[in-house]
Amino acid sequence: MIKFMLMVNRQGQTRLSRYYQPVELSRRAMLEADVVRCCLSRKKDQCSFVEYKDFKLVYRQYAALYIVVGVTDSENELSVYELVHNFVEVLDKYFSRVSELDIMFNLDRVHIILDEMIQNGHVVETNKSRILTPLTALDKMADG
Amino acid sequence: MPAVSKGDGMRGLAVFISDIRNCKSKEAEIKRINKELANIRSKFKGDKALDGYSKKKYVCKLLFIFLLGHDIDFGHMEAVNLLSSNKYTEKQIGYLFISVLVNSNSELIRLINNAIKNDLSSRNPTFMCLALHCIANVGSREMAEAFASEIPRILVAGDTMDSVKQSAALCLLRLYKTSPDLVMMGEWTSRVVHLLNDQHMGVVTAAISLITCLSQKNPDEFKTCVSLAVSRLSRIVSSASTDLQDYTYYFVPAPWLSCKLLRLLQCYPPPEDGAVKGRLVECLETILNKAQEPPKSKKVQHSNAKNAILFEAISLIIHYDSEPNLLVRACNQLGQFLQHRETNLRYLALESMCTLASSEFSHEAVKTHIETVINALKTERDVSVRQRAADLLYAMCDRSNAKQIVAEMLSYLETADYSIREEMVLKVAILAEKYAVDYSWYVDTILNLIRIAGDYVSEEVWYRVIQIVINRDDVQGYAAKTVFEALQAPACHENMVKVGGYILGEFGNLIAGDPRSSPLVQFNLLHSKFHLCSVPTRALLLSAYIKFINLFPETKATIQEVLRCDSQIRNSDVELQQRAVEYLKLSSIASTDVLATVLEEMPPFPERESSILAKLKKKKGPGAVSVTELEDNKREGGELNGEGDRGPDPAAMASSNASTPSPSADLLGIRSAAPVGAAPTSVGSLLVDVFSEAGPAAPSAAVNDDGFLSSASPSEDPAPPLSEADELLNKFVCKNNGVLFENQLLQIGIKSEYRQNLGRMYLFYGNKTSVQFASFTTTVSCPGELQSQLNASDQTSGTTGRGWSPDPTGTQHRVLTDFSDAPLLNIKFRYGGALQNLTLKLPVTINKFFQPTEMTSHDFFQRWKQLSQPQQEAQKIFKANHSMDTEVLKAKLLGLGTALLDDVDPNSENYVCAGVIQTKGQQVGCLLRLEPNGQAQMYRLTLRCSKDSVSRRLCELLAEQF
Repeated sequence: MIKFMLMVNRQGQTRLSRYYQPVELSRRAMLEADVVRCCLSRKKDQCSFVEYKDFKLVYRQYAALYIVVGVTDSENELSVYELVHNFVEVLDKYFSRVSELDIMFNLDRVHIILDEMIQNGHVVETNKSRILTPLTALDKMADG
Repeated sequence: MPAVSKGDGMRGLAVFISDIRNCKSKEAEIKRINKELANIRSKFKGDKALDGYSKKKYVCKLLFIFLLGHDIDFGHMEAVNLLSSNKYTEKQIGYLFISVLVNSNSELIRLINNAIKNDLSSRNPTFMCLALHCIANVGSREMAEAFASEIPRILVAGDTMDSVKQSAALCLLRLYKTSPDLVMMGEWTSRVVHLLNDQHMGVVTAAISLITCLSQKNPDEFKTCVSLAVSRLSRIVSSASTDLQDYTYYFVPAPWLSCKLLRLLQCYPPPEDGAVKGRLVECLETILNKAQEPPKSKKVQHSNAKNAILFEAISLIIHYDSEPNLLVRACNQLGQFLQHRETNLRYLALESMCTLASSEFSHEAVKTHIETVINALKTERDVSVRQRAADLLYAMCDRSNAKQIVAEMLSYLETADYSIREEMVLKVAILAEKYAVDYSWYVDTILNLIRIAGDYVSEEVWYRVIQIVINRDDVQGYAAKTVFEALQAPACHENMVKVGGYILGEFGNLIAGDPRSSPLVQFNLLHSKFHLCSVPTRALLLSAYIKFINLFPETKATIQEVLRCDSQIRNSDVELQQRAVEYLKLSSIASTDVLATVLEEMPPFPERESSILAKLKKKKGPGAVSVTELEDNKREGGELNGEGDRGPDPAAMASSNASTPSPSADLLGIRSAAPVGAAPTSVGSLLVDVFSEAGPAAPSAAVNDDGFLSSASPSEDPAPPLSEADELLNKFVCKNNGVLFENQLLQIGIKSEYRQNLGRMYLFYGNKTSVQFASFTTTVSCPGELQSQLNASDQTSGTTGRGWSPDPTGTQHRVLTDFSDAPLLNIKFRYGGALQNLTLKLPVTINKFFQPTEMTSHDFFQRWKQLSQPQQEAQKIFKANHSMDTEVLKAKLLGLGTALLDDVDPNSENYVCAGVIQTKGQQVGCLLRLEPNGQAQMYRLTLRCSKDSVSRRLCELLAEQF
């Protein structure tokens, strides 16, 4: 299963974090810094899967933004790797060419998208239009 | 330009985020955040009620601040308020805050539960989903209690919306994981399994996660899922790439769903139903075929998605391990990936092939890729890929390719990354031992290992090479020659000096004929390294020197000279000094015969599982070394260690004092299980322990008070009790059964029962060696005045058999009056010709003869007052040595034999007990009070007995127990 998902930029600033296994709040900052250091130090030609402590990291880079997913040993690495891409494509579709700023300023919406795709560390939906259903409904209502 | 915010943008939030982005320094950022936190606090505390929108905005800001890595300790209440809003965005932010920031033991749970209850019954699917997400994220016990019975109903109800079903499935999974006792699946089982047939792919995707988890826990109940999963998989695999529309990802139909189905099937053995199995094999073949087809898209996403399914299918094929055809095809497919330009694929192929190597059907096929893998080890630029290559080489190694693989691994070691060197060293050492056909190759390999990566060679590795050299006559000469040559290097690793010292000390005579390695040359070579070595190595070298005196009398004068010099005999290290003094004296006093006996060649070591393998397993964590590997090792290892051809030779051992187990048994990696003979030597003492061990188990090598050997003739008198006998005694004060004693040869188990003033004790002797003990006798005696206090009679049956004695020895005790000492048990037997003489205290303590007495609070304190003479009371205040847990304490007090009285002491923290000790002549009433002080980790123990000696003895005994 998926343990957590992080979005960080090249400066190491966290832009999104979601944990699917309880991690104490105080330990998160340490873990994030360490995980990010581990991924940022890797070169392009190195493989995208890293053994980290007793689990694995699957990461993917989009321009200055890294998406890092912590998974248990039993997870299929390539499917998680493509899940990340699917997530980014959904963001891209919703924000039409997503950027780091979109993610910062629309944290709540990014969370809605992520929650539609992954719940409790498991993939629940991969169909792009169904993932976006609640958000599109929301924007139509424009109830703010 | 904060216009990037979509929809109902919260302006205040956007401004704040822009401000943060514009901060030039970390300090400025912190300042801005603190200002904002103060602002939000005052808004939340203010008198004016906030509207939903403002609450949402502030809670959202708090979330953002939390993401930046700051602690958030308020706002929870406002978030809970948002849950009852009717607006989706407000509700959603409330739930988000709670699932990110509320942990499962928060006191807010009840409020949250109320809000969830409302949303679940709202029939508004989006609200229901939010509520279900929240349960799935927090998943506390209280939530499970509130909702566990409702969720399955929502999940299988016909009118539930698809999106709600998805959330309900994952929610139920979480509750099942955290509180399995509350989730009753029984009646829902079949309907949950049938979700696999749901026409909505999203529901199937979500349900599989739940079904997989449930199947792992109750495979039988969910067995029907196999055929459903196979037919679902078959429909997906055979569909055209456009059939599944939105679930098709870059021309691959439903890749994530396929992976999850294949993963679910790995919870079960191959289907028994022929039709189902046929269909599944067909699916797997189709997946393998598709890998060979030209790609439908040049995009990497296409091939990744396709390969994700392929790897999962291969995992399933390996899991079944029953279809040779599929296994070989899988292996060939992976072989292609080994040379793929994508690093990710090479990595996964190496990893997957590692498991294929252990299947008998594909082992040979894997071996054909050896050159590619070796090349990967040499040329891959990513250390994690090289590591996988090394793992695979290790897995594919067998007798036919061992020399090549070990050589490649050795040469890789010279440049290997520091992070993986230690593991590589262990692997090389294991392979070299496992597949050694000639031992000279084995010795060469290990010495090379020490030369190349000495720092990473752990004790286990060099202990092991010594064990093997000592056990194999045919390699000893070669080992001496090789190690002698290795030591010629101007700089050699300290581990090499250790091995060199040990081997030359034992077998230097085998190469002494050659003038280039004459005794004196050997000695000078070793001694030239002496000053560069650490204390344990020097100690080992000193022992090697004394062995030299025995092997080569002509070196005696030179070595005595070295021992006599101030840097040895007055060394500030007490261990080195002692060795120097003792060896010097030994060499000048003892006759040649005595020397030869004392310094006899080390006897062979008993065969055991390689300690190196144990170390590798520990390093890699459980499960890393497969069971087959262990069995392999037993099978193959036998060849090197000579299972049948050479057991310990009794004649050789009889002549050797060293036949008693000494701490040099560390070589076998069983230090932890060797309580016998607390030899006064420090760590790293290998050879010398043979002489300095003064333990009673080795009376023939006894050392008198001066520390010199006094007698070489075996003594027949019972040895004095072991120094730790009292400790052993304490172990049994509160229990009647257990292991009384254990050393390398023998384990003694004990079972006892007591009634009034009588007791019966059964002793079980277990022979841990593979040879019979000769003349095994035991005697029980009561020393000194105990004779008049306790009758102890034994009914011994001679036990010489191997393994556990069929008939335990029984000992009967009759207590005449109170006593404080314990009866002694003396055991004598011959092992390999040497007399073993061991004396233990039998754990018969006065409290064993307790009869519990129940009494009321009133009676207790009346008795307590009656026993108020100062000598009748014994009291002790002491520090807790063990857990102060209530249950543990209660169990101990009950084990003591007294009655534990509830509701007697006004302070419920205290424990009060009462009992009567039955002796032949009289009964002694005892009252006990134990007052724990958890804070100070202290106890006060008070005993009042009608006989003062009993109070004192019980107090002593009990003070050691808590």
